[in-house]
Amino acid sequence: MDYSSILTSGVYGALGPVAIGYVLAAIGLNIHFGYTGLLNFGQVAFMLVGAYGVAISVSTFGLSMWVGVLVGILAAAVLALILGIPALRLRSDYLAISTIAAGEVLRLFYRSSVAEPLTGGVYGLQRFGDDLLDLNPVPPGIYEVGPLAFTARDVWLMSVGWGLVALVVILVYLLIHSPWGRVIRAIREDEEAARSLGKNVYAYKLQSLVLGGVIGALGGMVFTIHQQSAHPDGFDPVVTFFLYTMLVLGGAGRVFGPVLGGLLFWFLMLSFDAFLRELMATGYIPPEILVPSDVGALRLALVGLGLLLLMAFRPQGILGNRREMVLDVR
Amino acid sequence: MRALAVIALIALAVMAPGAALADEHEAVQGTITDPDGEPLADLTITANRDGAEVGSDTTDEEGEWEIELPEPGSYDVELDLDTLPEGLVPREVGGEVLSDIEVDEGQQRTLIFQIVPEDEQEDPATEPDEPAEEGEAPPEGAGTDSDTGVPGETETDLETPVPPQHAPFHERLAQVLLNGLQYGGIIAIAAVGLSLVFGTTRLINFAHGELVTFGAIVAFFVNAAAAGPGLHLILAIAVAVIAGALLGGGLDRGLWRPLRMRRTGRINMFIISIGLALFLRHLLLVIYGSRPNSYAEYQIQSTISLGWAEITPRDLTILVVSVIVLFAVALMLQRTRIGTAIRAVSDNRDLAASSGINVNYVILVVWMLAGGLSAFGGVMFGLTEVVSWDMGFKLLLLMFAGIILGGLGSAYGAMVGSFVVGIVAHLSTLWFPAELWNAWALLVLIVVLIVRPQGILGRKERVG
Amino acid sequence: MSDRNNATAALADVAAEPGVAKPDPLLVADNVQRSFGGLHAVDVDHLEIQRGAITALIGPNGAGKTTLFNVLTGFDRGGSGDWRFEGKKMSRLPAHRVAHRGMVRTFQLTKALSRLTVLENLQLGATEQRGEAMFASVVRPLWRRQERAIIERADALLARFRLDHLRDEFAGTLSGGQRKLLELARALMVQPRMLMLDEPMAGVNPALTQSLLEHITDLRDEGTTICFVEHDMDMVMGTSDWVVCLAEGQVIAEGPPQAIGSNPAVIDAYLGKQHGAPPAEELTS
Repeated sequence: MDYSSILTSGVYGALGPVAIGYVLAAIGLNIHFGYTGLLNFGQVAFMLVGAYGVAISVSTFGLSMWVGVLVGILAAAVLALILGIPALRLRSDYLAISTIAAGEVLRLFYRSSVAEPLTGGVYGLQRFGDDLLDLNPVPPGIYEVGPLAFTARDVWLMSVGWGLVALVVILVYLLIHSPWGRVIRAIREDEEAARSLGKNVYAYKLQSLVLGGVIGALGGMVFTIHQQSAHPDGFDPVVTFFLYTMLVLGGAGRVFGPVLGGLLFWFLMLSFDAFLRELMATGYIPPEILVPSDVGALRLALVGLGLLLLMAFRPQGILGNRREMVLDVR
Repeated sequence: MRALAVIALIALAVMAPGAALADEHEAVQGTITDPDGEPLADLTITANRDGAEVGSDTTDEEGEWEIELPEPGSYDVELDLDTLPEGLVPREVGGEVLSDIEVDEGQQRTLIFQIVPEDEQEDPATEPDEPAEEGEAPPEGAGTDSDTGVPGETETDLETPVPPQHAPFHERLAQVLLNGLQYGGIIAIAAVGLSLVFGTTRLINFAHGELVTFGAIVAFFVNAAAAGPGLHLILAIAVAVIAGALLGGGLDRGLWRPLRMRRTGRINMFIISIGLALFLRHLLLVIYGSRPNSYAEYQIQSTISLGWAEITPRDLTILVVSVIVLFAVALMLQRTRIGTAIRAVSDNRDLAASSGINVNYVILVVWMLAGGLSAFGGVMFGLTEVVSWDMGFKLLLLMFAGIILGGLGSAYGAMVGSFVVGIVAHLSTLWFPAELWNAWALLVLIVVLIVRPQGILGRKERVG
Repeated sequence: MSDRNNATAALADVAAEPGVAKPDPLLVADNVQRSFGGLHAVDVDHLEIQRGAITALIGPNGAGKTTLFNVLTGFDRGGSGDWRFEGKKMSRLPAHRVAHRGMVRTFQLTKALSRLTVLENLQLGATEQRGEAMFASVVRPLWRRQERAIIERADALLARFRLDHLRDEFAGTLSGGQRKLLELARALMVQPRMLMLDEPMAGVNPALTQSLLEHITDLRDEGTTICFVEHDMDMVMGTSDWVVCLAEGQVIAEGPPQAIGSNPAVIDAYLGKQHGAPPAEELTS
């Protein structure tokens, strides 16, 4: 057994651009679910419009990537308003179902032949991140850190990505530890009480939805820009479920919850993956029981089981405290 | 009936986290299958750069091929038409060459060659607006995540009869209404259980779709699987319904009842059901595999005409049986002791408990009923389309649409709402591309939630 | 008790009949209606609430007291009618605007914001906070000084309600009575001109009841108008300056507390149609 390669796979996964994108989206979701108590199950839709904001601007219209980033942010804000203005009046479980449905409608639309001239349909769009790659100040070569090896491109993109995460974390910290944060936490606890004290609950919910949605869009941009490829089917509802798992793992309603949860989630996913493959390669698991193509499915099953057990036994996550969770009356 | 032939499909590597970091060589790769999803072996693919060949490969038994590339850059990849079996062609004229494929540093790009029967080939030059097929035609590029073999969903086509585009409007209308009714019937059977569970426990059960898949797969194993006993489908349905009821009951006893006893919050339970759904769905994927299958009986039938519309005897039977089953459920709720108890618990759990109803027993029965009904719905769904590992999840949002449309928690509302959803989905194909038909049903759900959150049949509740 | 205060004196010459005009009304409501399906939950022709007085709203179960509260405070937007607060139209205003105008309510089932600390609960009550705007909130200097002032005010209220030792606890850990006090203190942070208390005594132990009552009369003596819904007739008798009795959504009687207990319409409402609500001896004693 090659344990070091298993662990390195995990570390690559935890630090890589997909993890960065998901962490950002989970930070946005934390504002919705962790602080405001909004059950948004369509966070993936914000990632989708963010990613395609860049992809369509660059690949379809030939604009600069930076214009695309603005378009993506704007698209996320508009989506939040379109979705939020009617849906935020709904009960929380209805909000969950309407947001997940909205995400699916968007995905189906983006992949349809109707939208193909714009979105590339099922084939998606490619090569829209050159503007960022061209800025790469890191001299070409392979950079080794212990057993890890990164290309100059990886070093550059990961620095940008984690830098963005740091900025967003600081922003969320400031927001939450302000009177504004106090109001949205109050709404999470009891929106009628907040209303009776003169707070315009609806406006705050809308602000929260827009803010978290825009952060989610940034997440969608980060990993599609890295891959230089956007596909509608990379944005199916399972992505949102991943985000919830990361969030609950780290601790919902904690500034660092989604970051810690995201790192751990991707580390566990990919080292589990590598571990199983190793077991198969070395013959510990005979091919009659499992074949390598089952690994992807098994790790998703594991995510599901993990989410189930966490929610049942440690809903406060790693960073939360039990005492506070007992007071959760929802 | 027009058999729809699509697709070559490939699971794709682009989204693999860390993959680009871990592997440093560039390649193009893919899997080629015939229109029925069977892999095509011994096809030759070559990669060219600036007109010069840089590598080639032949598909293996699984239809897979991979060409390693010398460096990142732009390539043309060509499928050798002479190696294709007789009668099969690329979906589009000229589709055998994929030009200007950009491959990045360390990227393994997956490419798609779509293969169709000769008579369905499209010429982009002459038919710009095709395909107006039903079902979601083109291949799914990628699964959520992977180089790891989690297949992208193969959204299958409906084998429902569709009148030719030139048929008079009233005939097309009659046909889509009939198709919609049948689809709605399947949704209704699967959704009644979801609604009853919500009514009695206030749980929004996201894992309900997996009960549907479970039933369909159990029936497949006892009916058509190579290693199975090969029972006739009617018997297989009975086995599936019993297994579904046991699974439903088991989930209540093993998971939901203990959680209720611990007074787990409603939203936490909701998220737990999502975890359960992910777990069950991918467990089923490992056990069943990603390839869709059909049952042994009732596959190929010619349609019978009902005046303006036509339907296969199989689909007609499904429609009639679903209506009968729904009636039986309604009768049970209305006339039997346990039905009354279920309604009482849905109405007011505390009151029911204090008037001597064993609430836990009632909920157990509801779960078993839900499991059995979903399993039955799953077999019906698998029979009209195909049995696949994610069929239940695809149906789930439509079931939610149905029960919310009908007023959350009302079993009768769920039935009516499901029929509406089925009909709306099929009606949309009259005017809009069929690949968007589920999107229309979901759009209706969103609109209803916003305009009339209590549903079509629900009453406005007293507030404050 | 407090019979000889100014408010009682001001109401001394007012006739004890439904819908009667008051010398200095703060709230004037006309034709307030709310129905659910065919049921008229509230149907009030005319009602005036005297400024600076404690008005009690009584009536048997289902008389529409809480519904009237909900309609007047903007929590139930399904009602109709006209009502004016300090002479300005307030009907159909959303709840948060009603609170801004100075009419603040509490709830029958106390709504402590469980996972906020006691201090944060109070801080939330302060209005016109600059830091509550999303963009300003990230620039601390913009609101730091205001925040300090709010904390000072909150600490004073906590001391007054003897909650200061719980200042940094989560509100969810408080007992039922402490939550009632917290809710009252929080409502005062809004600096209301009128407090609408929905069953402030429900579920409070007798020791705390006395101190709550004193707080309420003190508030009145400081000039706050108070209207409360109550079942406990002792509290109604001892505390209120004026009593309004609702039955089946309508005002059936009004008057000073001594008069209302012997009002035949009130006895009828409690005994004739709704056996058992508060015992008759409490009403007539």
